Amino acid sequence: MKLKSALMALALGGALGLAGAANAQEKIKIGVSYPTPTHAWAAGMNWHAEKAEERLEALYPDIDLILVNSPDPGAQASALEDLVSVHQIDALVVLPFESEPLTDPVLNVKKTGALITVVDRGLSQPGIEDIYVAGNNPEMGRVSAEYMKGRLKDGDNIVILRGIPTVIDNERFDAFMAGIEGSGINVLDHKHANWNRDDGFEVMQDFLSRFPDIDAVWAQDDDIAIGVVAALKQAGRDGDGMFVVGGAGMKETIKGIMDGNELVPVDVLYPPAMIATAMDVTVAAFKSNGPVAGRYILGATLVTQENAESFYFPDSPF
Amino acid sequence: MTAIDFKTLGPAMALILLCVIGFMLNPAFLSEGNITNLLTRSAFIGIIAVGATFVITAGGIDLSVGSMAAVIAGVMIIVMNNSIDTFGAGVTTVLIGCGCSVLLGLGAGWINGTLTTKGKIEAFIVTLGTMGIFRSLVTYFADGGTLSLNFEIRTTYRPVYYDSFFGLPFPVWVFIAVSIAGWVLLNRTAFGRYCTAIGSNEAVAKYSAIKVDRIKTWTYVLQGLCVALATIIYVPRLGSASSSTGVLWELEAIAAVIIGGTVLKGGYGRIGGTILGALILTTIGNILNFTDMISNYLNGTMQGLIIIVAVWLQRGDWTRRSPPKT
Repeated sequence: MKLKSALMALALGGALGLAGAANAQEKIKIGVSYPTPTHAWAAGMNWHAEKAEERLEALYPDIDLILVNSPDPGAQASALEDLVSVHQIDALVVLPFESEPLTDPVLNVKKTGALITVVDRGLSQPGIEDIYVAGNNPEMGRVSAEYMKGRLKDGDNIVILRGIPTVIDNERFDAFMAGIEGSGINVLDHKHANWNRDDGFEVMQDFLSRFPDIDAVWAQDDDIAIGVVAALKQAGRDGDGMFVVGGAGMKETIKGIMDGNELVPVDVLYPPAMIATAMDVTVAAFKSNGPVAGRYILGATLVTQENAESFYFPDSPF
Repeated sequence: MTAIDFKTLGPAMALILLCVIGFMLNPAFLSEGNITNLLTRSAFIGIIAVGATFVITAGGIDLSVGSMAAVIAGVMIIVMNNSIDTFGAGVTTVLIGCGCSVLLGLGAGWINGTLTTKGKIEAFIVTLGTMGIFRSLVTYFADGGTLSLNFEIRTTYRPVYYDSFFGLPFPVWVFIAVSIAGWVLLNRTAFGRYCTAIGSNEAVAKYSAIKVDRIKTWTYVLQGLCVALATIIYVPRLGSASSSTGVLWELEAIAAVIIGGTVLKGGYGRIGGTILGALILTTIGNILNFTDMISNYLNGTMQGLIIIVAVWLQRGDWTRRSPPKT
């Protein structure tokens, strides 16, 4: 794999060298394909992708990044075909809509000789991608558990609001439960709040009616956390050291942490900006003298008041 | 023949049964706080379902209500945020937002109604289309993200959801007012009787000199108004709207109407039943949050079972008696 991208870089470099300024069209074309943003996290990803495009194209005039978003897996498969036939891309950065239906289309792109970078959602066959960039769901659960353990003592009660029942949700939840094991922290109950503010609000209202003594809430997501905070305030149970841990890195949440919000004192990153990381690494495959192929699993950084500023993007929609 | 009219009592019995189960699972179910939460939560679906009762009674269907609520919430937030500079963050701005919501609701309902009646397109298709349009509009306005109400207006507007009047939160009062108005309109006015007549047999209604198109359009306008009212009390809750706002509300509203005893193909409607239906749906979700006996993954199964049983309870006497007179 390494050899391949190195060879390709060499070949392209050679081609460029030979052609020189004679042919301005000999640009390195990199297709970037991801789902149409229909929720806040994806909108943040779209924003970061556009920022990265601007930045990288300004830095390297011979790099052309082509951003395409698609509303469903079928449309994304067609978009990949177009990237090959119309743009003849040299590399592809793809965040697949779903793993199964996009494995073959990505494989077809690979057959044309393009470098493949897969973001966040893996393909269902191993070995297709040259570069893999993803957030770390188990690590999110583990980091959240560590923080809880640091703030709570033996016998304290927490409730958990989970996302949509999926593998992602299970990975976060299982790692969290493993993390707090043996600490004496009681999990009173856990319910799905579907990564949604309204559901977060209603599930938390019911938890508050049901359990008179709750010391902390693991909401695992910033949208759910917003609903949880509204329910806590309504019930007047937002004092006494109560705290909520969300996740993802929503700008409002990060801003709150910067301002010293005690109810939501930290956040655990699952950054939409990972698409920018993937674009950087892919460009580096053509520009760097170091090898870049491999798997990049981003850390689930704990955002605190000290480091919050470096994760705050006021212009991003997320 | 039994003396019990299952058709009327079915939904009420189902609700009482649910409350008993809830109380047995956890006595906190009947605590004042939980009952208030339940009633307030039912208000959104309940108000929308009162409107849906008219549409369905007149033989129509409106699938666009959830998306309509989302887009109205979104536009309301944009309008209020932009009014701050001119009108400040006071009551005026909130009233402008509410007025805008009502106008949008009436307009959206009128579009649905006119396309169905004048455009002669199946209501299912018209509202399926507008459902997609409204949903994507809110996504577009929010740039894929979330629209948030300005913090200062939120302080002014917040009491509309969270404050109480004579022990009941404001949304519950709105729900009660809409229910009474709906009941009177359906049962005590010519408009209500026309809706029932059109739903029973449109051709006969036309020959009876009922202005079928106009009445049907009005049912959609009424539905739009109900959605607008529900949105007015929804926005102050979390002060935000996104593409995930109001997802599947249309199905919950239709389910509430049918659980309540209104006939899906039209011709017979019951506002009282609709209100019970909305309460039943919210209670199911509430009870499932009150227990960990049932796997989280089976929540949908429980909801489905209870809905089917609740409707079956009303059908209990159909083999012995002709449908009740309306």
